Amino acid sequence: MEIPYTISARPDTGLYNGKLGIWLFLASEVMLFGAIFTSYLFVRLGADDGSWPNHVQNVWLGLTNTILLLTSSITMVLAWVGLKERKFNTYRWALFATIVLGVAFLAIKGVEYHAKWVHWGFFIKEDAFNKYQADLDKDNYFYSYIPQQHCYEVRGHFLNRDELIADNKLKAGPYEVLPDKAPGFVINAGNHSGPSFNTISSEEDPKISIDPKDIDPLRGYGRLLPAYGTYYAVYFLVTGLHAMHIIGGVVVMLYFLTIGSRMYKRNPEQLSNRIEVTGIFWHFVDLVWITVFPILYLT
Amino acid sequence: MDDLPPSSEATASSAHAPAAHGHDHAHDHGHDDHGHEHHKLGFVRTYIFSTDHKTIGIQYIFGGLSFLMFGFMLMLLMRWQIAFPYEPLTYANASNHMGYQFHEVLYHLGVDNAPPEVPKPVAVPAGQTCFMEWLFGKDQMPGGVMQGNFYNTLGAMHGTIMVFFGIVPVAFAAFGNFVMPLQIGTVDMAFPRLNMGSVILFFISAVLMFSSLLVPGGAAKSGWTSYTPLATISDQPPHYHLLGLQSWVDATPNFPEHPTWWAVLLAGQSMWIIAMAFNITSSLLSSVNFIATIVNLRAKGMGWMRMPFFVWTQFVTAFLLLLAFPPLEAAAFMQLFDRVFDSSFMSPGGLIVNGEPMIRSGGGTPLLWQHLFWFLGHPEVYVLVLPGLGIIAEIVANNARKPLWGYNQMVYGVLVLAFLSMIVWAHHMYLTGMGTAVSSFFQLTTIIISVPTILILSSLIISLWGGSIRFTSPMLWACAFLPLFGIGGLTGIPLAFNAPDQFLHDSYYIIAHFHYVIAPGTIFALFAGVHYWYPKATGRMMSEFWNKVHFWPTMILMNCTFFPMFLQGMAGMHRRMYDGGATYQQLNAGVLHWNVFISEAAWLMGLAQIPFIINFCFSWKYGRKVSDNPWEATTLEWSAPSPPPHGNFLKPVVVYRGPYEYSVPGAVNDYTPQDEPPSAKPTHISGPAPADERSIGFPPLN
Repeated sequence: MEIPYTISARPDTGLYNGKLGIWLFLASEVMLFGAIFTSYLFVRLGADDGSWPNHVQNVWLGLTNTILLLTSSITMVLAWVGLKERKFNTYRWALFATIVLGVAFLAIKGVEYHAKWVHWGFFIKEDAFNKYQADLDKDNYFYSYIPQQHCYEVRGHFLNRDELIADNKLKAGPYEVLPDKAPGFVINAGNHSGPSFNTISSEEDPKISIDPKDIDPLRGYGRLLPAYGTYYAVYFLVTGLHAMHIIGGVVVMLYFLTIGSRMYKRNPEQLSNRIEVTGIFWHFVDLVWITVFPILYLT
Repeated sequence: MDDLPPSSEATASSAHAPAAHGHDHAHDHGHDDHGHEHHKLGFVRTYIFSTDHKTIGIQYIFGGLSFLMFGFMLMLLMRWQIAFPYEPLTYANASNHMGYQFHEVLYHLGVDNAPPEVPKPVAVPAGQTCFMEWLFGKDQMPGGVMQGNFYNTLGAMHGTIMVFFGIVPVAFAAFGNFVMPLQIGTVDMAFPRLNMGSVILFFISAVLMFSSLLVPGGAAKSGWTSYTPLATISDQPPHYHLLGLQSWVDATPNFPEHPTWWAVLLAGQSMWIIAMAFNITSSLLSSVNFIATIVNLRAKGMGWMRMPFFVWTQFVTAFLLLLAFPPLEAAAFMQLFDRVFDSSFMSPGGLIVNGEPMIRSGGGTPLLWQHLFWFLGHPEVYVLVLPGLGIIAEIVANNARKPLWGYNQMVYGVLVLAFLSMIVWAHHMYLTGMGTAVSSFFQLTTIIISVPTILILSSLIISLWGGSIRFTSPMLWACAFLPLFGIGGLTGIPLAFNAPDQFLHDSYYIIAHFHYVIAPGTIFALFAGVHYWYPKATGRMMSEFWNKVHFWPTMILMNCTFFPMFLQGMAGMHRRMYDGGATYQQLNAGVLHWNVFISEAAWLMGLAQIPFIINFCFSWKYGRKVSDNPWEATTLEWSAPSPPPHGNFLKPVVVYRGPYEYSVPGAVNDYTPQDEPPSAKPTHISGPAPADERSIGFPPLN
């Protein structure tokens, strides 16, 4: 028993089953990412003044990733064309290049995630902040004020964290912090802007000491992870889900590069259909990134 | 994609699968025997990891019906607490109450001279463990007394299991898988292996969901809607910070109960979310499969308007699942983030929980969850209802021996319904303070959606007009469906309006309303469908006598259960009261006595399902053997052998006519199957073409 229209298109619909299936699946993916982007709008519009970070991502890493994914879409099409023209080696090299570009994307994503892991933010009580304001202003360090929450936010590297942690307990000593510089130029600067990772201070810059008593108890301090603020929750949710799609795509392409490519001898047309379907999915993942990039990196 | 037409065309034509190939192949394999045997698949491949749509449909129906029964029993437990608050659930107490009721009836009949004494609750003696405590644990039912948390667990799991593990698998996955490919005349689903994947994902999700009843702290407690922030903080191990804000982790170093990451994931609500993510993925893959099958694999001649109405409803249901479920999946991810990573998608800052400030960065809003949930939740209602309407349409046409009245209107109606169902969700949220402008919009769309619904239901009722109705087993259920579903639908109209909803919201009125839609609505349709297609799946008929033993008590007790709830709700009784409203006795006094009546009706209804279970199981082996087309139906599934072999049809299927050619004037039989070729001599003596005969027996509407 064989399912009709797995290889050739049904005349009246013009589609073979796999192509129809992937488009339907992508419709559901649009709703999935659509819901997440809508939720982003929802929480962003409801955010307290000054609490939504801007320009905190490294634009150059994001741009590199954008270029990597766009290039991988080209190589994906080349792989499909290679199969259609029955040039098996072109197919293999192009698919391999796509996989390499996808893995490179994930590697850069890992670098960015690591930066969030080692980067810290501190919320300082409003009435204690004048102790630090002069020092921060002097060296052009970044800080931002959140009026509704009555606290100031400072971000940077937590220099003496390892020394303070002993026996899994945090000693009471002051927190040595190397804050980020205020950005050189940001459109619509002011309290609504934040530092970019491009403006990380150098080792020689003076550090500041934050008294633990001055930390706002409700907001605290922490690594730039989802618990730190809703912006980071959105960032990790969107990019994490997108990265899962990249991983899924890479796994499928690895299959078609190795075991799955045996089908070329038996039925090259069916293999090219499968690669076309994979490609449609891959282009969609690319498209999602093209939406993510301006939303999370360029604002 | 199509920028290389020459190459595409050339290779496509060289491919070795011409359009009709599948049917030929089915033919080759099919006519020598009926079974899966000739494929020499082992037991596991034939019955467990099967790619055959019929086996998968049967897997779903066994799973779904058992889960329905399980979810129903959870509610039977809850009804004890509502009827007899805080009384230990033991044999002694139960039999005392039953004896009291029995003698009460005898007293009213004049057999007993004196009214019986109201029984006093008997406590379980100290040091003894009653059955309920042994079964559910000391935290949940100490001494047989149901605790509030356990009551909430039962409520949440009842809703979740009935909706996502009972009705959707039976109505959509089971009937859709078994019947739909047969009705469009194809060999199998478009993606058989994906179909198997859906079953496996569904199985995993069921295992996760049911095993969450066994984890410490019990299963999810926040209702089937899992509203935040309740769902974010419930079942949370104390002081957990998996990747929390570092200051909070530092504040509780080496906490004795510091849980590991798996304890966070194994909390009841987290397991609910993860199980739902699997369930959603399973439904998504199924719906992709259904739509692709209906669009691409229809048999030759099976035009869109020749599809049986059941196929249309499955098509539309699949679209609803495809487009409405992903937002819930997104919401589930966010709630999982909130629970596991301490983020604040759905938590505002500054909440006080158990007297302590909740440690959240804040910035989220519970409304986000409600919007995303109900964006699924409302189309989900139509996911539950539409397959039922499809089943009923098939059965009404078949047993009234008449074409469906207004087939075209019904099809367009169901499409409009599907579109509108995506833009009515916030009528579940009138009391959240969204604002009157938003409420007005959703009030308007909700009222508009009743138009296509009423159109479909009216068409079904008009289809009965002038028919020579056969009261077969499925038709009994269908006849009960029409008015009872009507009650469910019409009682929804007051809820659609903002003003009355302020009063009726979250009352027993709501419970009565949606149970009338789903219980005597969809579930009756499911019983009808089981009886209708049972001969196709097994080659045997279910017993008509035992069906009547099942049908009449179920139908009467269903109304005894749900109708008094309208009265309770209109009197203002709140739906979530753990003691059945006893605390607010002065407010609810006039309606509280219904609690016992409702509970007893529900328990008896549970007993009334036993004939069905016996009938279903025994007929599989011992039912009366019947021909391939015992109902003398017209749709394609009855042209296949019973049970259909692998590949379904014995010869290539060609469709020549519409789906409901019953009682065509001049035809030899009162039914003309869709694949019967037009005969050389005209079957119509004179007069109009078949399309116009859809109005047979109904007076002109001028």
